[in-house]
Amino acid sequence: MIRSAIVDREIDLTGLIAEARSDGAGAVSVFIGTVRELSEGRLVERLAYDAYRAMAESELADIVREASERFEISAIVAEHRVGELSVGDISVAIASAHAHRSAALECTRFVIEEIKKRVPIWKRERFVDGTSEWVDPSAHTRVAAQ
Amino acid sequence: MSAVTVYLFASYAESFGANNLKIELAPESTVADLVAELRAHPGSHVLPSSPRVAVNRKFAAPDQLVRPTDEIALIPPVAGG
Repeated sequence: MIRSAIVDREIDLTGLIAEARSDGAGAVSVFIGTVRELSEGRLVERLAYDAYRAMAESELADIVREASERFEISAIVAEHRVGELSVGDISVAIASAHAHRSAALECTRFVIEEIKKRVPIWKRERFVDGTSEWVDPSAHTRVAAQ
Repeated sequence: MSAVTVYLFASYAESFGANNLKIELAPESTVADLVAELRAHPGSHVLPSSPRVAVNRKFAAPDQLVRPTDEIALIPPVAGG
């Protein structure tokens, strides 16, 4: 089972893991990303994820396919949610299944790192003080590098 | 000259004040030519020195040719996950 999707609904983690599992896989590695309440010291109330949907779907599908070839993995299921999310909600979930743990773990890591680099999804944070702004990870990197 | 439509998202859509722009380009124009044209538009100060451009839903190199039938998008720094 190799499947990926951009979804507008809550991510069903139990269902996603069940899809990835098989009798041949002794290891299932799961990553979930959740909405954090603090962003650079400011209290977040909600997040709105926006996407270039057609390209996000094809990039995510490419990533999952590349991962399955690279790690010779039998099952990867990845979903990224878009729309309005609250603190604590799951924004992304990845489950990779393999006969052995190291490939499963490395595969899941690869998928989330590639999502961060190349899937066209953006998030707008709304803070409890009523202000909001688009998150720019590249700007954060520059600040951190100074 | 022919027109291409460039789709804008997130911070770029906000800065340009539109979800898409029609840009006039000479024949045989490249992604880099397109970006140069975009810099003449109000709101373009938001663009970094080498903004990412997608052509037909794939990231494109600056020297890639753009055609009027291509689906072109300007991709702000991504923030998924």
